[in-house]
Amino acid sequence: MKIHQLSLFLENKPGQLVEPCRILARAGVDIRTLTLADTQQFGILRLILADWQSGGAALRDAGYVTNITEVVAVEVPDRPGGLADLLELLEGSGVNIEYMYAFTFGRGDKAVLIFRFDNPDRAIEVLQQAGISVVESVEVYNRIER
Amino acid sequence: MIITASETATAGYHPASAPDYVPPPQLKELQLARLQYVVRRARDHVSLFRSRMEERGLGPRDVRSLEDIVRLPFTVKSDLRDTYPFGLFASPMSEVVRLHVSSGTTGKPIVVAYTKDDLDVWTSVMVRTLAACGVTQGDIVQNAYGYGLFTGGLGAHYGAEALGATVIPISGGNTDRQLMILRDFNVTAICCTPSYFLHLVDRGHELGVDIRKLPLRVGVFGAEPWSESMRRHLEADAGIEAFDIYGLSEIIGPGVATECHCHTGLHVFEDHFYPEVIDPDTCEPVASGAEGELVLTTLSKAAMPVIRYRTRDITAFVDGPCPCGRSIRRIRRIGRRSDDMLIIRGINVFPSQVESALLAVEGTLPHYHIILTREKGLDHMEVQVEVTPEVFSDKVGALEELQNKLVYALDRTIGLRIAVRLVKPHTIPRSEGKAKRVTDQRNLDA
Repeated sequence: MKIHQLSLFLENKPGQLVEPCRILARAGVDIRTLTLADTQQFGILRLILADWQSGGAALRDAGYVTNITEVVAVEVPDRPGGLADLLELLEGSGVNIEYMYAFTFGRGDKAVLIFRFDNPDRAIEVLQQAGISVVESVEVYNRIER
Repeated sequence: MIITASETATAGYHPASAPDYVPPPQLKELQLARLQYVVRRARDHVSLFRSRMEERGLGPRDVRSLEDIVRLPFTVKSDLRDTYPFGLFASPMSEVVRLHVSSGTTGKPIVVAYTKDDLDVWTSVMVRTLAACGVTQGDIVQNAYGYGLFTGGLGAHYGAEALGATVIPISGGNTDRQLMILRDFNVTAICCTPSYFLHLVDRGHELGVDIRKLPLRVGVFGAEPWSESMRRHLEADAGIEAFDIYGLSEIIGPGVATECHCHTGLHVFEDHFYPEVIDPDTCEPVASGAEGELVLTTLSKAAMPVIRYRTRDITAFVDGPCPCGRSIRRIRRIGRRSDDMLIIRGINVFPSQVESALLAVEGTLPHYHIILTREKGLDHMEVQVEVTPEVFSDKVGALEELQNKLVYALDRTIGLRIAVRLVKPHTIPRSEGKAKRVTDQRNLDA
């Protein structure tokens, strides 16, 4: 249910993004989606990889500091109000969203979003009770049908 | 009515403190006799010292007065490293009952040895130290200096026990447990580094333990330079009286000098450790009261006599008598060392202060680098800190909080607003095992 997200520390200066991408390329690890959080001084690159273990090892070998977090991939109806409905549901459950970002592709009429919750287990429970589909990790790592 | 020792004890007085009050002429007589004896012993048993004496054409009879000490060769830290492990011992191993080892930052460690008599001297100077800090029988002392090869833990331990206080030998680390013990046992005095105590106070705030409301009244702080502003913070935040103590393993460990309740410099236990203040460049004695490098000679140590040890610590003699009545001389609080001081906007800053602040926040010392620049005539100091896996988080807020904590800790330790930049691991240059700590890019014309 939960998906492993790999984060790494970057300094906020030119050329910092290409190196980790090149390292992953050399390791033959595909990037499923990513987001970059940045401040004036540093950035945190968050990655969903096809193989987070090999990707993480390759980055650590190259001297990067990494962190593994469990996140949840959620299907959201791709229509006006789709996300708002979902957020309202979560709002009532006491689960906090630390941050979220989207996949670059969807499934039919659904978009797929990645959520970092403070309590992922509780979030999954709430979502499933409401009949919202949580994408299986295997599907995310392998390839979500387009 | 039975009167206990603690009721009769006046502030800072203990029978062991009697030598603190010896009249100067008598003290000088004792110092000269001891100096002559220790020089003879060192010459007879330590080949390094003997060869240096011979190079200068000096024999033990050439020390006729205390002033003659300036003719003797200096001992420097590298001498202790170069002769590791046994080279400076003046007693046979059968008489050595204790060894301490300090981790060298540049390779080989240094070792210090004690005979039974040396340990007795050490205990007595620590009793005098704690007594001057107002610790008496009946006090409950939490000793949070590290036990083991470091001299701090055992030095404070034996002193406090001999004084008749109750000692809790908790050693360093495990801050939450330290707070629990501090509260549950009604601890009245604590021995630790000032930066660790700062950390303890901060952690107390987080856990809702207000140290001001506990019976703790005395902090015996040493093993690193700390400032008057830090003293004010610690005293206000913890409701204690903070005392600065001084010592170094090469000489004996803690117990070389201590503040009394007047807080006007540190009294040197000069019946055992003869102090000089010299110009670090010319090696000549400075004028009375002028600033210079502290040089110490062990007057009574048997296992490892150390003659004219250059401490690299910068201080000055404090002139005049101390209101506390002690006749032994005072030195100014040591805020810096001759070899690593930086002056930033007129304030003296030491890499050691940066280290203690980083250590207090992160628990372990990350690799760091200090960069000094000058913008529009104003000095700017930035500390680059490598992000370690222990502190890295996927949340921006957590890293920003870490950064803020580091800025705050540096501000409190140094008294300057210092920029902190988190950098990628392994980006800070390392050379010859010891990291290059400072890059000074200040252009004085800018």
